[in-house]
Amino acid sequence: MDQVTDKIDTECSTSITVAEGKKEFKTSSGIPLKRIYTSEDMKDWDEKKALGLPAEYPYTRGVYPTMYRGQIWTKRLLMGHQTPEVWNKRQKELIQGGQTGINFIPCCNTFFRGYDSDEVDKELVGTCGTTIDSLQDVEICYDGIHLDQVTSALNDPNPCTMLAMYCGLAERQGIPLWKLQGTCNQTDSISHWIACQQMIRFPLEGHLRCLVDLAKFCTENMPRWHPLSVVGQHMGEGGATPVQELGFALSSALFYVSEFIKAGLDVDSFAPRISFFFNVRSDFFEEVAKFRACRRMWANIMKERFGAKKSESWRCRFHVQTTGVELSQKQPINNIARSSLQTLAAVFSGAQSIHTDSYDEALWTPTPESQRIALMTQNIIAEETGVTGVVDPLGGSYFIESLTDAVEDKAWNIIKTVDQMGGMLEAVRKGYPQNEIGKSAIERQKKIDSGERTWVGVNKYTAPVGEERWPPQVKVDPEAIDRQIERTRRLRKERNQQEAGEALRMLYYVTESGQGNIFEAMVGAFKANCTHGEVIGELRKVFSFGRPPTIY
Amino acid sequence: MNKIRVLLAKIGQDSHDQGIKVVAAGLRDAGMEVIYTGLWQKTAAVVKAAMEEDVDVIGISSLSYEHLLVPRLLNELRGKGSNIAVIVGGVIPPDEAQVIKDAGVAEVFPPGSSIDSIVKYVRKIVTEQKPSKDLEAATS
Repeated sequence: MDQVTDKIDTECSTSITVAEGKKEFKTSSGIPLKRIYTSEDMKDWDEKKALGLPAEYPYTRGVYPTMYRGQIWTKRLLMGHQTPEVWNKRQKELIQGGQTGINFIPCCNTFFRGYDSDEVDKELVGTCGTTIDSLQDVEICYDGIHLDQVTSALNDPNPCTMLAMYCGLAERQGIPLWKLQGTCNQTDSISHWIACQQMIRFPLEGHLRCLVDLAKFCTENMPRWHPLSVVGQHMGEGGATPVQELGFALSSALFYVSEFIKAGLDVDSFAPRISFFFNVRSDFFEEVAKFRACRRMWANIMKERFGAKKSESWRCRFHVQTTGVELSQKQPINNIARSSLQTLAAVFSGAQSIHTDSYDEALWTPTPESQRIALMTQNIIAEETGVTGVVDPLGGSYFIESLTDAVEDKAWNIIKTVDQMGGMLEAVRKGYPQNEIGKSAIERQKKIDSGERTWVGVNKYTAPVGEERWPPQVKVDPEAIDRQIERTRRLRKERNQQEAGEALRMLYYVTESGQGNIFEAMVGAFKANCTHGEVIGELRKVFSFGRPPTIY
Repeated sequence: MNKIRVLLAKIGQDSHDQGIKVVAAGLRDAGMEVIYTGLWQKTAAVVKAAMEEDVDVIGISSLSYEHLLVPRLLNELRGKGSNIAVIVGGVIPPDEAQVIKDAGVAEVFPPGSSIDSIVKYVRKIVTEQKPSKDLEAATS
C-alpha cells in the first residue's frame, strides 16, 4: 500500500521520497554508491594534483593533448578463423570497413599450444583463430598488405613466434625492422598463468626469459614495437572485478619493469613501449573510473617508484576489449547493445585502441557479418555521436572523481598486499590472485543465479519458449584444413633441410647455453622454413612443457 | 551416505576454465564429490579416470569446439561397457548441441545456465540411473 501511495504522490509532487529499490547500491567491485555526489565529496580534492591536463602528469585525463580530436582510437577488431587465405580476405574487408589496426588471432588450439596444424585433433584446427604453422602462412595472411603501412597487434605469447615470422616477412617484403609498428599483446605470461592458460608453452620461468630477450631485441632493433602489453583482460574474463583487474595488472607490470631493469635495460629505454590490455564490462562508471585511476597510478609508479625521467615512460596507453563473459547466448542480438555501451565506456575512458565483441561470440567464432556490425558500432560512436569532441568528458564530475579515487584506493591495497607477498611472481606461486579472482567469479554466478544481478534475456525478460532465434554461423571448411596440413607437410619435406637443421640447432644452443638472443635465433629458424611446432619443440627440450597448477 | 560423484574435464587444447571451476564449486556446495581433471585431457584419459573413480556423471566443458571430440569420448566409454552419463557445458552452437545429443550426450548446458539447473539435472539422472543406490545425497 505504501508503495502505491508513494507512486501517486511522486506524480503529483517532487518533494516526496520514493523508497529506493535496493537496500544498498554498489559497483561491481563492491564500492558503495551514494545517492548523490556534491562539492562536499570534493573538499580535500586538489584538481591540479588529481587531474592535471591531458598529456600532463599524472595523465588522469588522457595521454595526448588532443585525444580523439586529433586521432580516433585505433579500431582494432580481433579476427582469426580457419586458414591464412580466409584471414587475408576478411582482414581486407575489415580495413575497407574502417578498421585502422590489425588484431591477429592465430589458432587457439594449435598455435597457442605450440603445435602445428597436423599435431592436434583435426576437429579443433582453425575453429578459433587462423592456422599459422610457418612463415609462409603469415606471408599468405599479409598478401597485399605492406608491413610498414599497418600496425599489428599480434596475439603472440612468449616466445613470440609470430613476431619472429613477421620479422622474416618484413625481410621478404624489403622493409627494415625499425619501421614495424605494433604490439605483442600476449607476452604477459603471468596473466596466462593466472587466468588464460591457453598460451602457456613452458614453465613460467622459460616464458619470462623469452620475454626479456624479446625486450632486448626490440630495444635494439624495433623502436616502434611494443614487446609487452600487460594484460588485465584475462583476469577480468576469469572473473576478476574491475578493481582486481587493475590491481593485479599493475602488480604484474611492476614485476616486469623490475625484471627488465635487472636484465640491464635502462627504464626509459623500454618503458615508453610498454602498453596495457584491459577488459571493459557493463558497470559503466566504474569502468571509466578504472581507466582514469590506472593512468594516474601508472604515472606515479613509473615516476616515483622507478625514477623514470622521460614523460613517455609515465604514460599509460591501453587497448580495450569488450567483455565476453557478459554476452548472452540467449537472445544474442541483445549483445549488440551490451558491446556498444561497453565500447562507449572505453571511449569515455580515453582508450588508445578498442576491440568490440560481435553479438554472436557467446555462440561461436564471429562471422564476417556479425563482425561488421561490431566495426560499424565503433564507426557510429566515432563519427555520429559527437562524443569525441571533448577530452575526458566525464572528468570533473563529483561522482566520477570520487569513484576514480575510490577505485584507486582499493587497487593500491591490492598492490600493497602483493608487494608484501614478495611481488607478483611470488603471489602467483602462492595462488593468491588465482584464489581471489576465483572467489569473485563464484560470487558473480551466485548473484546471477539468485537474481540479485540482472542478466537481460537470461535471468530476467527471457524469451518465450520456442522463440529464441539463432543467427547464421560460418563453419570451418574441413577441406581447407586438409590443404593447410598438406602445405605444412610439403614445407617440411621440400625446404633446404641442412639450413633448417642448422637453424634449429642454433636455437637449441642459444636457449640451452644462455649465449645469444632466443628471439633472434627464432627469426633465423623461421627464415629457414622451420615450422612453429618445431621451434616450440626445440625450446621445450630446454624449458620443458608448462602446466600451471589447477587452483579453484 | 553415498555422495554423487562427478568428474569434470577439459578436453582438447582449450584453457577457458572459469565456467567449469564455477560449476565445480556449485556441485560441491550442493554436496557432491567433484573431481576436476584440469586442462588438456585426452578423451581416453577422461574415460579411464571416470571408470577408476567410479563416478556417476562426466561433465565436459567446451569453448573452442572440444565438444566435437565428445562423440569419440562416448564411443570409448561405451566401448568399455560403461553407461556413465555425459553432460556438456559451454559455448556450443545449437545445431552441434543437437549432434552431440544424438551421439548420446545426456544434456547440454549453454552459457547462462544456472548452477541450480545443473545440480537438479545431475540429481535427476543419477536417480534414474541408479534407483538402488543410496540416494540420500541426491534427495537432500
